[in-house]
Amino acid sequence: MSYYFTILSPTDAPLFNIAFGTSKSGGDGIARFRFPEASQNTYMTQFIINSSLDMLEEAQWMNGNMYLKHIDTYPPAAAYISAFLTPSGTRFVLLHQPPQPNIPASATTSGAAGSMSMSLSASTSSSSTGGGLFGGSGSSGRTSSSSIAANPTAPQTEEAVRQFMSEVYEGYVKTVMSPFYRRGMEIKSPVFRGKVSAAGRKWL
Amino acid sequence: MAHPARHSSMLSTSNNVQTAAPQTEKQLPTPQIQTPSQATPGLRVPSNRKTIYDRHLNRSRNAELSRASFAFLFGEMVTYAQRRVTGIQDLERRLNEQGYPLGLRLLDLLFYRTISTSSSSTLTSSSTSASPPNRPLRILPLLHLIHGPLWRLLFNRPADALEHSVSPDTPNEYMITDNDPLVNTYISVPKEMNQLNCAAFVAGIIEGVCDGCGFEAKVTAHNQPTEMWPSRTIFLLRFGESVMEREKVLERAGVK
Repeated sequence: MSYYFTILSPTDAPLFNIAFGTSKSGGDGIARFRFPEASQNTYMTQFIINSSLDMLEEAQWMNGNMYLKHIDTYPPAAAYISAFLTPSGTRFVLLHQPPQPNIPASATTSGAAGSMSMSLSASTSSSSTGGGLFGGSGSSGRTSSSSIAANPTAPQTEEAVRQFMSEVYEGYVKTVMSPFYRRGMEIKSPVFRGKVSAAGRKWL
Repeated sequence: MAHPARHSSMLSTSNNVQTAAPQTEKQLPTPQIQTPSQATPGLRVPSNRKTIYDRHLNRSRNAELSRASFAFLFGEMVTYAQRRVTGIQDLERRLNEQGYPLGLRLLDLLFYRTISTSSSSTLTSSSTSASPPNRPLRILPLLHLIHGPLWRLLFNRPADALEHSVSPDTPNEYMITDNDPLVNTYISVPKEMNQLNCAAFVAGIIEGVCDGCGFEAKVTAHNQPTEMWPSRTIFLLRFGESVMEREKVLERAGVK
C-alpha cells in the first residue's frame, strides 16, 4: 500500500505534501506507486488528487461530517481518494493505492512497473511487495487480506484513515494557532512533517 | 514599518480569547522551528525541547485571562488602529481586520476541542458518526455555532439574542445581540465619535468564522443602547448573494 497525502487550502493551493508506504504487515514505509509509466510516478499522484477536488466540493455541502470518507476512485491506477475537511475549509486528501491493481494491467505496463518495484525492494530487502509481484495477484490478495491495504473501501480502512486524519488535524490546528502562520501559507515545519509520518506509521 | 507592529497586534488579539490566552507564550518558539531549511539538523528547538506541536491544545481550555490586562491590550489595539485613519468607518474596518484572522483560527480550535472532549468521554464506543460535530452547511446552524459555542469560548456565556431581519427586502440579514460586550467595558468613546463601536473587532471575528465556513458575509457592529444596557451592541451579519443562492439549493435538497 502506497499513500500520498496532501493538504490543500480552500483556494486549492497545496500547503503540504508527503508520500509514504504502509508500515503494517512488514511494510517498510516507503511509497511504491505503480502507474502505467514509471516516469509518471512523481506527478500522477498530485494529478489524481487534484482531479478529485470536484467530487470533494460536491460532497462538501451534502455531508456535514469533517471526514468525508472515500470520495473518488481513479480506476486506471487503482487509486482511492479519501478526504477530510476542516471547518475552515482546508482539505486533507489522501490517495491510497493497494499493493496490487484490482484490474489486470496489460503485460507491458505491469512489466515496467514490476521492474521498478523490484529494483526498489531489492535495495531495501523488503519481501512484502516483491513477493506479491512474483506470486501474482492471487497470492498477494491472500497474504494481505487481513491488512487495511487489501480493501481500500472496507470499514476498517475507513476507520484507520479517519484516525490518521484526526491526528493530522490536531497538528494542523496547532500550526494554525501560531500567530506567525497566515491562511494559505505552506506548512514547512519539520516537526509537523514528523508528526504526519508518525501518524501514517501508526494507523496506515 | 507596519510589519513588526502587525505582529504585536496579532499577539494581543490572541490575548483577547480568555481561554486561549496562554497560547501566546507557547507560540513564541514558532519562528525558531520554521527555519527555511527542511533538514532536521538545522532545526532549532526551544531550550525546554517543547515545540508547539508537543503541547496540548486543551491545556489552556479553562484558563482565564486577567480582565485588566485584556482591557489594557485591547485599548492599545484601538489606539494602534486609530493611527492614520481617515474616519470612524476606517477605524472600524481596521478593528474588523484585526479580528478576522482570529475568527479563522478559533473555528478550527473550537471544532478540535469539541472532538477531543467528545471522543475522550465516549472513548469506548467505536461509532464514528455520533461524536464529532458537523460542519455548518446552512445559515442557521452557523448562527447557532456563533451564538453558542463561539461566544462561550470567547466570553464564557452565550450571546443574548439571535434574530432574523423582518424586512422582506433583506432576507440575508441576521442580527446577534450582546447586551454588554466585554470589549467595550473599558472603552469610553468621546461624544464626537458616538458612531464608533469598538466591538467591530468582535464583528471581525464573526466575519472570520463565517468566511472560514464558506459563508461569505459582511459583519458590522452597531450601538443600540437601552435603559438597562447602555452598551448594548448588535452585530449585523449580511450574507452574500452566493450564500443565499446555495441556501435555496440546499433547502431543496433537504440538507439541514
